[in-house]
This record gives sequence, structure tokens and C-alpha cells, in this order.
Amino acid sequence: MRAYKPKDDVQKKPYYTDRFWVAPQVPKQDVSTDEVFAADLAALKEKFEVLDAYIQVEQMVVYIKPEDNFEVIKFFKEELTYDQLSEMSAIDWLAQRGEFEIFYQMLSMNKRKRVRIKMYIKEDQAIESVEKLFRSADWSEREMYDMFGVKVNNHPFMKRILMPYDWQGFPLRKTYPLEGDEFAQWYEVDKIYGKEARDIIGPELRDTARIDRYDSERFARLGHEVPRGAPVTDNDPENPQEYQEESGVFMIKKLKKESSVIVDDPQR
Amino acid sequence: MAQHKVNFTQDGGLPVALTTIDKVVNWGRSNSLWALTYGLACCGIEMMASGASRYDFDRFGTIFRASPRQADVMIVAGTLTKKHAEFIKRLYDQMTEPRWVISMGSCANTGGMFNTYATVQGCDRIIPVDLYLPGCAPRPETLQYGVMLLQKKIRAQKAGRAQKPKRLM
Repeated sequence: MRAYKPKDDVQKKPYYTDRFWVAPQVPKQDVSTDEVFAADLAALKEKFEVLDAYIQVEQMVVYIKPEDNFEVIKFFKEELTYDQLSEMSAIDWLAQRGEFEIFYQMLSMNKRKRVRIKMYIKEDQAIESVEKLFRSADWSEREMYDMFGVKVNNHPFMKRILMPYDWQGFPLRKTYPLEGDEFAQWYEVDKIYGKEARDIIGPELRDTARIDRYDSERFARLGHEVPRGAPVTDNDPENPQEYQEESGVFMIKKLKKESSVIVDDPQR
Repeated sequence: MAQHKVNFTQDGGLPVALTTIDKVVNWGRSNSLWALTYGLACCGIEMMASGASRYDFDRFGTIFRASPRQADVMIVAGTLTKKHAEFIKRLYDQMTEPRWVISMGSCANTGGMFNTYATVQGCDRIIPVDLYLPGCAPRPETLQYGVMLLQKKIRAQKAGRAQKPKRLM
């Protein structure tokens, strides 16, 4: 017998796995290969603890301790002239190492260099907001909280940004199902009509390719235009579509349907 | 009494047309379908094109109104997200009766390609829909045809009676 492998661990299961495929790693260079980055790193190491540093795709990646994040980014902004925060967010590594990875992508306009500052935090660990340094971090940190549940201290308005305020769950975590958990699937029904309407409205029909030609309640009869709820048998009745009422156009007496000509050449 | 030679039974006798109340009311309703400006996504672009000069919705008496209180038909044109679901219900409730709903395009019909946690899988989970238009996005001709079908549906209704509340799903 084959050895049993649990197949329900969704965190460790991507959509498609080739057992023999090894993810190619972008080669890493030592920081000393670039003198601008080497000087920056040396200045950084004098003040803060640097866990790891390397150059990847001509950008310096620096791992720091999460407690230092505000001071390090302030140092990068004010001392090392990295004056733009292009992007920041979190990466879900909860399954592999039980941690979130937070990254801040920064750009120096006069050095023409980019650095990425990274740190690992535990699931329930909060980080300090950098909104006072970069206004762009305002919405980024709110989105990070909305999507991953990473809490940010001293943020001026720490609320969800994309999902509704009363949403439960963090949709960009790897454990979050794409089609939503039970709360998400019944969200609009519960909110508008109440939980007791679940039986009337029914669960979501997620298979959009489903075609049932005997179903005239939903959309399977598209193109045939049978009345809603009409019984559908194997031999479909003739149902030609008329644009006008059977008795002719109201208040127009002179139109003779038999003598009228239908122009069916659109290029006439 | 003066004798006059008017023959009332012939054409041109008097400017009178005989009809029923149902037909007159439905004639008015179906030929002045004011639609709510409700473009939610890319289907809204097609809806705007239908209202613009080339396809010219005004021919059908369909004029877009920015207020649900002045609208007769709600054309749900685009993806309905779960965050927005309560507002479509609120707008629908604000429309005066009689009111109709056209669900335009795959997203409004079934959620379309957005098989995700954030999308309502068909706006008929929230409000009753009269007409579903297929397509992604439907051409303006499809929307015109849909409005004509809705006109036909309205003309077949009884006008005098209050509208029965439509069944949801």
C-alpha cells in the first residue's frame, strides 16, 4: 500500500506541484561588491543589529530585528537619503516557519539605488508604524492589517481598507480559502436579510460553468428564453421572439405585418 | 337640434382612440423607462455607450437618472462586491414601484470569472431580477434588446394592480 500523506494541509499545498521542480534562486552577491551599498551597510551596522545582508538583482536586502524597524527606516531616510518608500507589505510564511515576513522597499533618488529592509515577526507580534516618516505607509499598513492581520502600533487610523469593517478573517493568508470561509460565503445574506434567510436564498452556486438544460430558474436556459420556472422537456417548443405585441403596435393602425419588410442586411 | 353630418364610426370622425387602461398605462411605463445610473465595472462603459449618441437610448425613452427615486429600472452593470451588497439593496428599496432590474453581464448574473471571497455570486442573491443579459461585457445592442424585452414584459403586465412582491431566488 501507498504511504498515507495528509492532503488537507492547504498551507503547504500550492495549486500545482511538480515533485522534481526546484525553484530557481536568484543569485546573491556579497554586499562588498557594490561600494555604495557597502558604505550604507557599514553605517547601518554601527547603530543597529543586522541579521543578514546581501545583494540580489542589484538591490540590497537587509534583515533587521523587528523592534528596530522605525529607527532603521528613519536612519535610511534621513542619514542614507533613501527618501521614498515605494512599497511595503507582509509575506505569509506561517506554514513554513510560523512567521510573517515584513518588507519595506525603499528608493534613493540621488544614489539611484533601491534597498529592501526585511524582518520576521511572530503571528501575534505588532510592529511600529512608519506613517510618521512616509505618508505612503498609511494605506499600506492598513492594507497589511486588512489582508494579513499584522497589527501596527501608533497608526493614526488602524482599520481595514479594502474589506468591510465588520469582515472577519484575513484574505491574503495562505490558509484563507479563495472562495471564502463560511462567514465570507454568507456575508451579504447574513448582513442584509439575517441568518434565517440562508435557507430561502441558498448557498452560492460556485460552478459557473454548470449547465442544466432542465433548469429554468437560473441561467442554464440562456439563449432559449423560456419563461422562468417553465417546465423544460426534451422537445423544446418553438419560441420565436417577437419584438412587438401580437396585436400590433398600440395606436398604430396602418402597419400591416404581412406587408412589412424586415431588413436583415446590416450593411444595406 | 342642428343636424350635423359627422359620422362618428369612420376614421377622422373624431380624434378619439379607444383602448384599455392597462394598455395606456403600460404604454407610458414601457416607453419611458428611466434607468438608474449604476455602472459598477466595465459593463458600465457599455451601458454608457448605449446611452450615448451612436446607440441612443433616448429613442426608447430610456434616460439615465442619478437618483433611485426617479428611476424605474436598475441596470446592474458590473461586478457586485460583498462590500457593496448592502448598498444595492438600499438603492433598490429607494426606487419607487413599479420597478424593474436588469442584470447586465456575467458578473452581475453569476459572479462571472470572480469566483472569489469578495464577490457576490449573482446579484439575484440580493434583489429580484427581471432580465439577465449574457456577455462579458454585453454589447450595447444586447442591452438595447434587453430593454426591448423588458418593454415587452411590462406591456404584458396588468397595470392597475399593485405589483406583487417578486420572489427572491
